[in-house]
Amino acid sequence: MTWTLATPLVLPFLTAVLAFLARYGAAGRWFSVAGNAILLGASILLMARVLDQGVIATQMGGWAAPFGITLVADYLSAVMVVITAITALAVSVYALSDIDERKEHLGYHALFNILIGGVVGAFLTGDLFNLYVWFEVMLISSFGLLILGGKKEQIDGGIKYVTLNLISTILFLSGIGLLYGMTGTLNMADMARAIDTVENQGLVTVVAMMFMVAFGVKAAVFPLFFWLPAAYHTPAFSVSAVFAGLLTKVGVYALIRMFTLVFDGDIGFTHQILLWVAALTMVTGVLGAAAQNDMRKILSFHIVSQIGYMIMGLALLTPLAVAGAVFYLVHHIIVKANLFLIAGVAERTAGSTNLDRIGGLYKSAPLLAVLFFIPAFSLAGFPPLSGFWAKYVLVAAAIEIEGWIIAAVALLVGLLTIFSMTKIWAEAFWKPHPEGVDPELTRLTPQARRNLLIPIAALAAMTLVIGFSPDPFVTFAKDAAAQLLDPTAYITTVLGGEA
Amino acid sequence: MNSIILRVGTQYLCGILVLFSLYMLIRGHNEPGGGFIGGLIGSTGFVLFALACGTADARNALKVMPQNIAMAGLGIALLAGIYAAIFGDALFTGQWLFINETPEDKGIPISTVLFFDIGVYLVVFGSILSIVFAMEEEI
Repeated sequence: MTWTLATPLVLPFLTAVLAFLARYGAAGRWFSVAGNAILLGASILLMARVLDQGVIATQMGGWAAPFGITLVADYLSAVMVVITAITALAVSVYALSDIDERKEHLGYHALFNILIGGVVGAFLTGDLFNLYVWFEVMLISSFGLLILGGKKEQIDGGIKYVTLNLISTILFLSGIGLLYGMTGTLNMADMARAIDTVENQGLVTVVAMMFMVAFGVKAAVFPLFFWLPAAYHTPAFSVSAVFAGLLTKVGVYALIRMFTLVFDGDIGFTHQILLWVAALTMVTGVLGAAAQNDMRKILSFHIVSQIGYMIMGLALLTPLAVAGAVFYLVHHIIVKANLFLIAGVAERTAGSTNLDRIGGLYKSAPLLAVLFFIPAFSLAGFPPLSGFWAKYVLVAAAIEIEGWIIAAVALLVGLLTIFSMTKIWAEAFWKPHPEGVDPELTRLTPQARRNLLIPIAALAAMTLVIGFSPDPFVTFAKDAAAQLLDPTAYITTVLGGEA
Repeated sequence: MNSIILRVGTQYLCGILVLFSLYMLIRGHNEPGGGFIGGLIGSTGFVLFALACGTADARNALKVMPQNIAMAGLGIALLAGIYAAIFGDALFTGQWLFINETPEDKGIPISTVLFFDIGVYLVVFGSILSIVFAMEEEI
């Protein structure tokens, strides 16, 4: 039991150690692929166990909650770990051909796996201070990945990234201190119980706002998202893909966790702010994207806009809305990581990601065009792709409680997303290449073609599966939402000793 | 910096600092000290070495790349945590072995906790030195 939970956390770090010690040979990168394949297996086992038992928890070092550090997985945590493992495996295969030897010698694979370990840790921990530690692990390793290679704009983006994230970290840490002072515990389940007995509920709301800002920076919501478009287009494509897929989503996860479990006392205030934040995030993100002319920059702004949808689900806080947010998280990670991977192939074949300087991909590389079409139009919410169902559930949830304005914003932003996606489609795929180059896939070596296209195809296939049979996924998301909105099982499992 | 006083002084200090750091590591088992502070003290020995004689000499004296030391430390700490699995305990549960145990005396305790601390020592030692060497070489 305890090892079902601990294995997905330990594996990435073991992989990192092996990959680092073998970084001068081919073995290093294969350790990364193998480690992430095993991680996927372990996370599926975890998922099976969670589906069977609802919530599972274990106490690290045998120290009973609320004093020790608890690892806990409910539906949301489990599905996030599975999706992390899927992304990690896809990106580590892609990296076989994407990362050059110099970056490997500097320790790319080790940093990458430590990042994955940090992400998994954040999803599985049941302890607030431990969550802070995992945020730090992610911050340090992602900074390393961001500046690996040392180009000028990488350092520039990296500094902005680290500075804003450090501010968020300080706020987070201060918030933890204040909460600990008020409740006397760091265990999130115990905190959920103790927070209602705090006399000064006004102060609790203040701390809730600190957490909202701290996680808001991580999740890149309006008006705290500036670091994201500045940083995400600079590093290697594998790195931007895993950042785009996973990093901001950890912030969203933390928001969902804290604002359903602990900060649910003054919903009228906090979740109203979240709703405004959600609407503004959606709109500014999509408008920012419209002004860009580089594939990766457009996609980066779209991350921001899509984060708005997830926050919207949290802000509405009805069972259907939270289910929509969970569904959106899963769909978005797959789609977004895939789009960045495809941008990498476009650069390799057509020579750039700047839309003015490329073209002709539809004629020369129809396979890539199909592979792009699936995630891009899923992102925009075309039926019957996965994004359609995600948006459908959220908009339905908004209409259900007569939130006409937010529903209208969500639909409008969906339309504008189509505008951006068709822009990439028209510029990169339809129009002829300005320099008359034929960006055929055969320009890649057969080995590179295999390593780059297999992960893309696999992720696109997953988008299709979710799109064509959304029922089990929606049902699952509804169950996850039910758990989040009624955390009794979570609290009793964590505090009720070893299950 | 080329100063004969610093170089000669370092010859003695480096060894003493590393020895003292090991003492701090072991002492941390029951009293203030431990892997983190030990690793910091141990790394100052080699930082001093690098300042006095240059990073090339310091790297030579160290024999192993500091990054590898840090990663090996992470590995040792992890293995110390995973070792609990053999006994069916939760991750990072301490496993103890008492050498020369008698009814009155517990003997010498050897535990996974100690190995975890050694791992921490190596991680801190290795990462501080990687950073300092890199910055020293940049200037």
